[in-house]
Amino acid sequence: MPDDIILLGHGSGGKLSHQLLDELIIPMLSEVETKDQNDAALLTHAGQRLAFTTDSYVVDPIFFPGGTIGDLAVYGTVNDLAMVGAQPLAISVGLILEEGLPKDDLQRVLESMKQAAASAGVRIVTGDTKVVPRGKADKIFINTSGIGVFAHDFNLTGNNARPGDKVLINGSIGDHGMAILASREGLALETDISSDSAPLNGLVEALLTHIGAAVHVLRDPTRGGVATTLKEIALQSGVDIVLDETAQPVHHNVRSACAILGLDPLFVANEGKMLAVVAADQAEAALQIMRSHPRGLEAAIIGEVSAASTGRVAMRTALGGLRAIDMLAGEQLPRIC
Amino acid sequence: MTQSSAYRDPAVAAGLLDRIRDKAATFARPVTLMEVCGTHTMAIHEHGLRGLLPAGIRLVSGPGCPVCVTPIDYVDQALALCRLPDTIITTFGDMVRVPGSQTSLLEEKARGADIRIVYSALDAVSLARHNPDRQVVFLGVGFETTAPTVAGAILQAQQAGLDNFSVLCAHKTMPAPMQALSADPDLQVDGYLCPAHVSAIIGADAYTELTTRYRVPCVVTGFEPLDILQGVDMLVSQIVGGIARVENQYCRYVKNAGNPRAQQLLTQVFEPCDARWRGLGLITASGLQIRAAYSFFDAAQRFGVTVAPAAEPLGCRCGEILKGKLGPRDCPLFGQRCTPATPVGACMVSSEGTCAAEYKYGF
Repeated sequence: MPDDIILLGHGSGGKLSHQLLDELIIPMLSEVETKDQNDAALLTHAGQRLAFTTDSYVVDPIFFPGGTIGDLAVYGTVNDLAMVGAQPLAISVGLILEEGLPKDDLQRVLESMKQAAASAGVRIVTGDTKVVPRGKADKIFINTSGIGVFAHDFNLTGNNARPGDKVLINGSIGDHGMAILASREGLALETDISSDSAPLNGLVEALLTHIGAAVHVLRDPTRGGVATTLKEIALQSGVDIVLDETAQPVHHNVRSACAILGLDPLFVANEGKMLAVVAADQAEAALQIMRSHPRGLEAAIIGEVSAASTGRVAMRTALGGLRAIDMLAGEQLPRIC
Repeated sequence: MTQSSAYRDPAVAAGLLDRIRDKAATFARPVTLMEVCGTHTMAIHEHGLRGLLPAGIRLVSGPGCPVCVTPIDYVDQALALCRLPDTIITTFGDMVRVPGSQTSLLEEKARGADIRIVYSALDAVSLARHNPDRQVVFLGVGFETTAPTVAGAILQAQQAGLDNFSVLCAHKTMPAPMQALSADPDLQVDGYLCPAHVSAIIGADAYTELTTRYRVPCVVTGFEPLDILQGVDMLVSQIVGGIARVENQYCRYVKNAGNPRAQQLLTQVFEPCDARWRGLGLITASGLQIRAAYSFFDAAQRFGVTVAPAAEPLGCRCGEILKGKLGPRDCPLFGQRCTPATPVGACMVSSEGTCAAEYKYGF
């Protein structure tokens, strides 16, 4: 593997992404340590706790079943703020447009952003637009940054998982990644898979209102999927996590598409899902809160934090076997046979 | 209930495991069963089956991952082709990470070469149709499972009169390597879980010589966990009974005679040739080459690129691992210099490679 150039795998959200962050980007720009990396930065100014985050969206295609690059950008930033427990206040939008982009497409993207902001209850307050020559970008790239405020003092960061905690997810795994893959040119999968792109701040608020202190970690499993995110939490918290294969909510069409392509749903990206690590005695309550919210109808308890402290994630299979779950190594690539 | 849940019933699995344990208890020595299919390897790991089987049964992975058995020279040849002007290399995803002598397709892609991952050889034909000013080369790697679709793609390109589509052919066939392994006096394979996808094309009868000549039991086995456990049970029963015959556990998809239409496609476009297998060496009549009538679509002939003979990376034990002589963790490079992100040897490259599976799922 070359170490002098950037590869696509460096953006996969898996091991290569972490390596790039840990070895080059963070040492050059910041003092944050690996164990303190979260979806948003936590700031304190004049006694007020704030959350600040940024993300860029380069998805192809820009329109896909269940969403557009525009609502994805808004929801992604809203969710990054929500995952540290902040209420999203305002976001910025940076647009990089490729020469030749139809204005109708841009308008459709902007309309989806407007609707997404309204449904998440966040304001778009500032932005920037650049146009680059044809071929220098792929139709449209969007950067969004967001700022959020805290109405509580719970610590929901990735280093807060404790032995005995239960791991919950608010619904089915892998919908977004497979919707994108299925809608890409050249992949003739006859499926009705739709992205799960959605804002999660309302669901987080419901959880924190009812069982706040029992919620130990929140994280949205986007790039790298559920597997990579749980591995990050296990490493950050210095705990082991054991998943129950029979409890994983995966839609049948997603499972089938993954089987055809040799992909594992656990490593496929999600855009409207969150993993919650919750104290065992409040796990059932958390499940009911999730299931009574529109963003959590298919919520499930998918595993638990064990007493071991080696940073491992394992899957107890339906037949009783055990297998390790690691971070995504590079891009997930379709197999040959 | 999902489509496959009938083949994942824990109660049925428990019953099968009990039967396997009872029979294994009668063995005078541990027996070695080899799965010869990358998808079997992954399924065994994915469902944690090794840990469920009794100590007297050792499951080892054979040369069933087509990417893993593709020689480095072939990768070097593909890399040479990708540097030709106006050329698009099309390939299944697994191949892009395979290291050649100096670099990989993934690295060349990052440096500007036009390398596209496709899901079918027909996608490559379509790409050629839409890019008449570019040469589109498809990397023809795989066993009898994939080779018929590549034959179909060549015929489609011929019918469409495309002069910019070609195949760099390195297709290989079963059961030749299984026979080579059985003939090796240093190896002791007591039974084969025969590949399912391949067998759907060549048929269960293709393994008859293995059972008669080498007296080794063969069971064509599906990919669901209960398929695999039943396949193991059938092999163990044969071993206990001193029998060696071909049995077809996967009869819901595999016929004794295979798929005649796919076989006809293979025969029409390809002919057998001697082939070099990474880790196993030269095996007579174990490969497929494009027949003279279709040589126009043979990228090796059309472009005539030559590469220097390549050596295996120093310290790499993939050859012994592919033969089942060593396990992945017996290799000193495993998990150290050789990981899925930085693969040194073939077994770590493909998602279906033995070492990649052990790295991903093993403890």
